Amino acid sequence: MKKLLEKYSAKMVSAGLAESGNPLLGGLDAELEWNREDPAIPVLEEVFGGLSINSLLFSLPAEPYRSIIDYLASGDVHSIKPEDSETRTFMHDLPVIRDFRSDLIIEKLRKRKSVIIRGKGIVTWGTVSPEQAFIFYSSVCFSCFVKFFSDYLRDSRRGSLSREQERVFRNALKNLDKYPDEPPALMSAPFGNREDVYRAVAQAGRMTVEHRLVDSFFGNVSLKWGDTLFISQTTSSLDELEGCIDPCPLDGSACTSITASSEFSAHMDILRLTGMKAILHGHPRFSVIMSMDCEKENCEFRGSCHIRCPEPRFIGDIPVVPGEVGTGPYGLSNTLPPAMRNSRGVIVRGHGLFTVSGEDFNGAFRNLLSIERMCREEYFKLPERI
Amino acid sequence: MIQFKTLLLKGYSYAMTVGWGRILHVDLSSGKHRFEDIDPDVSRLWIGGKGLAGYYLLPEITRSPDDPALPLIFMAGPLTGTPAPASGRICVMSKSPLTGAIGDCSVGGGFGWQLKKAGIDGIVITGVSRRLCGIEISDENVSIEDAGRLEGTGTNEIYSRLKDKGSVACIGPAAEHGVLFSSIMVDGTFAAGRGGLGLVSASKNLKYVTVHGTGVVPVHDQEKLRKAGEDIRRLIAATPALTGEHGLQNCGTAACYDLISCRRMMPTANFRKTFFPPAQSMNSHAFADAYRPKRYGCKACHVLCKRVGEDGTHLPEFETMSHFSALIENENLSAVTEANRICNEAGMDTISAGATLACFSEISGEKLTPARITELLLDIAAGKGEGSELGQGSLRFAESKGCSDLSMSVKGMELPGYDPRGAYGMALGYVTSTRGACHLRAYPISHEILRKPVATDRFSFAGKARIVKIAEDMNAVIDSLTVCKFFLFGCSLEEYSSVLSAVTGTETSAQDLLAAGERIYFRERVMNAKCGFTSDDDDLPPRFFAEEGSSGDGIDIPPLNREDFLEARSKYYRIRGLDGKGIPLENFAEELGLSELL
Repeated sequence: MKKLLEKYSAKMVSAGLAESGNPLLGGLDAELEWNREDPAIPVLEEVFGGLSINSLLFSLPAEPYRSIIDYLASGDVHSIKPEDSETRTFMHDLPVIRDFRSDLIIEKLRKRKSVIIRGKGIVTWGTVSPEQAFIFYSSVCFSCFVKFFSDYLRDSRRGSLSREQERVFRNALKNLDKYPDEPPALMSAPFGNREDVYRAVAQAGRMTVEHRLVDSFFGNVSLKWGDTLFISQTTSSLDELEGCIDPCPLDGSACTSITASSEFSAHMDILRLTGMKAILHGHPRFSVIMSMDCEKENCEFRGSCHIRCPEPRFIGDIPVVPGEVGTGPYGLSNTLPPAMRNSRGVIVRGHGLFTVSGEDFNGAFRNLLSIERMCREEYFKLPERI
Repeated sequence: MIQFKTLLLKGYSYAMTVGWGRILHVDLSSGKHRFEDIDPDVSRLWIGGKGLAGYYLLPEITRSPDDPALPLIFMAGPLTGTPAPASGRICVMSKSPLTGAIGDCSVGGGFGWQLKKAGIDGIVITGVSRRLCGIEISDENVSIEDAGRLEGTGTNEIYSRLKDKGSVACIGPAAEHGVLFSSIMVDGTFAAGRGGLGLVSASKNLKYVTVHGTGVVPVHDQEKLRKAGEDIRRLIAATPALTGEHGLQNCGTAACYDLISCRRMMPTANFRKTFFPPAQSMNSHAFADAYRPKRYGCKACHVLCKRVGEDGTHLPEFETMSHFSALIENENLSAVTEANRICNEAGMDTISAGATLACFSEISGEKLTPARITELLLDIAAGKGEGSELGQGSLRFAESKGCSDLSMSVKGMELPGYDPRGAYGMALGYVTSTRGACHLRAYPISHEILRKPVATDRFSFAGKARIVKIAEDMNAVIDSLTVCKFFLFGCSLEEYSSVLSAVTGTETSAQDLLAAGERIYFRERVMNAKCGFTSDDDDLPPRFFAEEGSSGDGIDIPPLNREDFLEARSKYYRIRGLDGKGIPLENFAEELGLSELL
């Protein structure tokens, strides 16, 4: 357990979600263990006592998340309601409390996966592994980031930006990740054997994480080789894909894709429709933010535009399509593949960016990076225009 | 009945109006019935389904399975009959004739749905009818009918004859012939399979129960329920194991077959091996090619994981596929469907039947041909020849041959289709399960194999004691809500607590429900302890600690380390509030407000 606690503490730091020495993680089997000593432990032990869980995470987010979350949680706010796909699907809403008290934390965590303690940090839990707590924490940071920048754009348009909002915005700008001028060189096709294919998929995943083009470590990656699609497994961490890649026969003669990414069907259809072989999917933040931006405040689809928006929408040359995670009636498996037919990438509204290339991941990665860069540039042009 | 004053005084926040609050009691000895209005405090504590059924079983648990006073209980959940996703199941409970422990099954079909529409939450059946009989329920009307004409009749035939009367739960000839793993079949193909509950029904001379209801189950807040249901459906759509191209929706539970095979944990040759080379030609794809199936399923479910072929052949579930192929080393596809048909028609648990044949094959040294598989299954169902011995289950059969270690069972119940050497949480979950070797109580396959909610290291016991305990509590809640466990691959009690609040009008939370689940599961340990079960019964067959599985493809399947296993079990006992012998501790019972149970 201790190893797991230390692993996810280190991941939080490397992903820029917390500063070194800040994450506090506890794991409970028959005995309770912590990754380090901390004065907060007695309160968190009470939280363990009040919930049926096996892991707990408490940390102050790193900048720019800290200022953003403090801003969103200020005033009389009891709950933050981001509208990105991650929150809508998995988190529902993000409860907020003011005091670091076990009874208040327990009350919120009885119903939700996270609680924000204003000015003090975020608490999340897991019932199976500290990894769940890490994922929930990461989702809170990501969705608050997306909400803050989306709200900023909306309020710019309305002319209702507050001074505090401006201050937090300027502070956040100082802490934005810098993208490289050139993408890294990835393994090139042709691939001689299955082992090379596995290595190429794992490398593409790792590079996507290292360049901060995903929400923490999640997304999916696939490569067609021969009559098989090699795809990352569901809930796999893109920087640790070794042993987590499913070989799925294209003729459907085996059900090994049952553990493959939830976007397996979309990947298969993209391959069929485009003839491309490599697919990358990440959650680059400005692609997500820009995909949610819409000037029509009184649109009849407001609130359900992530599944019902009828407008053909583009950011530059990149289509933006509605669609939820997976294969349901509003699933992105219906909207994404056709849009990819004539495009180097497609953004699913409020969710993330998919890119493709012919034989290996070099083109897909270049597209991922350049589209995210374009979205970021477009974002910062908008307030100026307004 | 036991009073729970202590618990109520502690002021548990969990409170709601559950279902109709109405139980039908039928005494087959007197032929009389009555309706009971449940004490609201009782239904608040135990939710419904498994939780409420246990409330009625507890006082009678030390009785013999053929004691007339032992109840056979059908209990729907608070969500049954509403549009809540996957809520159309029902719990069937009694004492298991196979294990002597608590025996309960969650079963699909339309029985729970019809029962709730008839204004009834559950049926508690006691006594013995003088002649073979059936209970017929139509809204308020309850009658006990002579069923002599149906003696020896198969379950599908009974369903065909009685389906105009509503949903049908019945037993087949196997139960009438004393098979210890006989099932209760609902609506022809849905099995309350495990533990021999069909035999409890047979001992009461009860051949069938039909129920038809015309009422509308009340929902406190339809809009809130609609929204909560949407949240669940959104999560299900994002879950490849359920709605992915090769998930349960598209391939049925057979979808697991390839996965378990390539993870090298498919029980083969009575668990002597863990890999079956012909498996790749006996998978879901092969069955789909041969039978061109359509999908169907339970009420209120949109996943629809069951399959029926173009010719009307009902296709086997994963466990049945696995045991009637790999476990008995059968390479013939149609022999698998035929074995499934015989078991369902005769009313026998396919897992125990397959595992008992595998045990027979190892002890006798006989290689089972398709014809021989059919012959033995028919003999078991008819209680004749070798079949009468095999109908007592693998443990009694192996004991009779002087080699009990060759029965691959826990508490006398046979292991299903996941070799414990390939998933250590599953190894622990098999022994801590209160009903014997059951994969569904803790369902560690979810995280160890299907990676939901996140993946855990399947070859490690680290952290598994608490994971298993929490999962048992969670699944006890799911079986009390009578929701399908498969939905938990995608969502959690967080979403179902919203559904429950919408239906009942009383706010509750995931953690409130988990607390109820803990009480329910602890009570099952209490019942088993009353029946004499100890840590000696919480153990795996020696094979798993002595013999390695079939390593290959870069996957090593060593034998389980006995010390690590015992340490994990010991941790589980501490977390569950049991002493070193697995007996419930008084102070822990008091903490849960259940001291009156001991």
